[in-house]
Amino acid sequence: MSWIGETVDSIKSIKIRQLLTQAVTLGMIVTSALIIWKAMMCVTGTESPVVVVLSGSMEPGFQRGDILLLRMTKDPIRTGEIVVFKIDGRDIPIVHRVIEVHERKTTGKVDVLTKGDNNDVDDIDLYADGQMWLHRHHIMGRAVGFLPYVGWVTIIMTEKPIIKYLLIGAMGLLVITSKD
Amino acid sequence: MHSFGYRANALLTFAVTILAFICAIASFSDNFSNQTPSAQIQILNINWFQKQPHGNDEVSLTLNITADLQSLFTWNTKQVFAFVAAEYETSKNSLNQVSLWDAIIPEKEEANFWIQISNKYRFIDQGHNLRGKDFNLTLHWHVMPKTGKMFADKIVMSGYRLPNAYR
Repeated sequence: MSWIGETVDSIKSIKIRQLLTQAVTLGMIVTSALIIWKAMMCVTGTESPVVVVLSGSMEPGFQRGDILLLRMTKDPIRTGEIVVFKIDGRDIPIVHRVIEVHERKTTGKVDVLTKGDNNDVDDIDLYADGQMWLHRHHIMGRAVGFLPYVGWVTIIMTEKPIIKYLLIGAMGLLVITSKD
Repeated sequence: MHSFGYRANALLTFAVTILAFICAIASFSDNFSNQTPSAQIQILNINWFQKQPHGNDEVSLTLNITADLQSLFTWNTKQVFAFVAAEYETSKNSLNQVSLWDAIIPEKEEANFWIQISNKYRFIDQGHNLRGKDFNLTLHWHVMPKTGKMFADKIVMSGYRLPNAYR
């Protein structure tokens, strides 16, 4: 009767090993994606190396759904640069162009004014109450590169979360049903 | 290994990789374009020059801007954003840059232009340092590609001076 016990044991152990392998593979995929993201943060010097354009304020150059590649260096901020900034107390990053710079002689600090290419007026109304200028710490990065349309995936997944669940479900199903 | 799911996955991965590669090459090809832009700016008139109630100087100018930016366009260019900024130094600020005018140039044919306008954006100082001030006018351009790296550069023209008294 011991051979029954042996067979059952070997069946159970195969299943467990397979399951564990698949779990580790999935984990490897997720962590390597995370590693790539963190590495990009290091290389580009900014917390968000990639942003999706959400509004039409920089049309026709940047349309909604485009992706901007960002970089932040210690170089001073100058007019014409397309910068991504966050207003204190608000979460959403805004991508606009710098149109005015005043740099202090003594401290090196800058006052910056921005405007969207497609807007008629500058961003004064977007800044916090009483705030007239942006400062360096508001600015998260400069746009250096551009990929059209790729950001729609992110916009759709954010605005219709059901699609996100569907995609993750499908990927999970693919991994589980693999016979490797 | 031959199910629909696997084939779709392989096809999609391959398609995305090829697309990314094409975008990278397209952007790289921009490095080989020979760019020879030229520009001239004249100040035709100082319309008015006053100290505002909040204490800052403001000046209104009429500018004559001539430029030929056609050589900046490559097959990978979506548009060129051009703007003119005034640059000057004051006792408190090592650099002030104020954008006076900008334009979006969507096509190569429109990049050879001549325009006479008064400043689109207000030229306001932080303070009242503009009397008799020497300043540069710079024409900047920002080439926005169909895909890939963006390029920007400028031409600096110096020798401009604001009047010594308000008018």
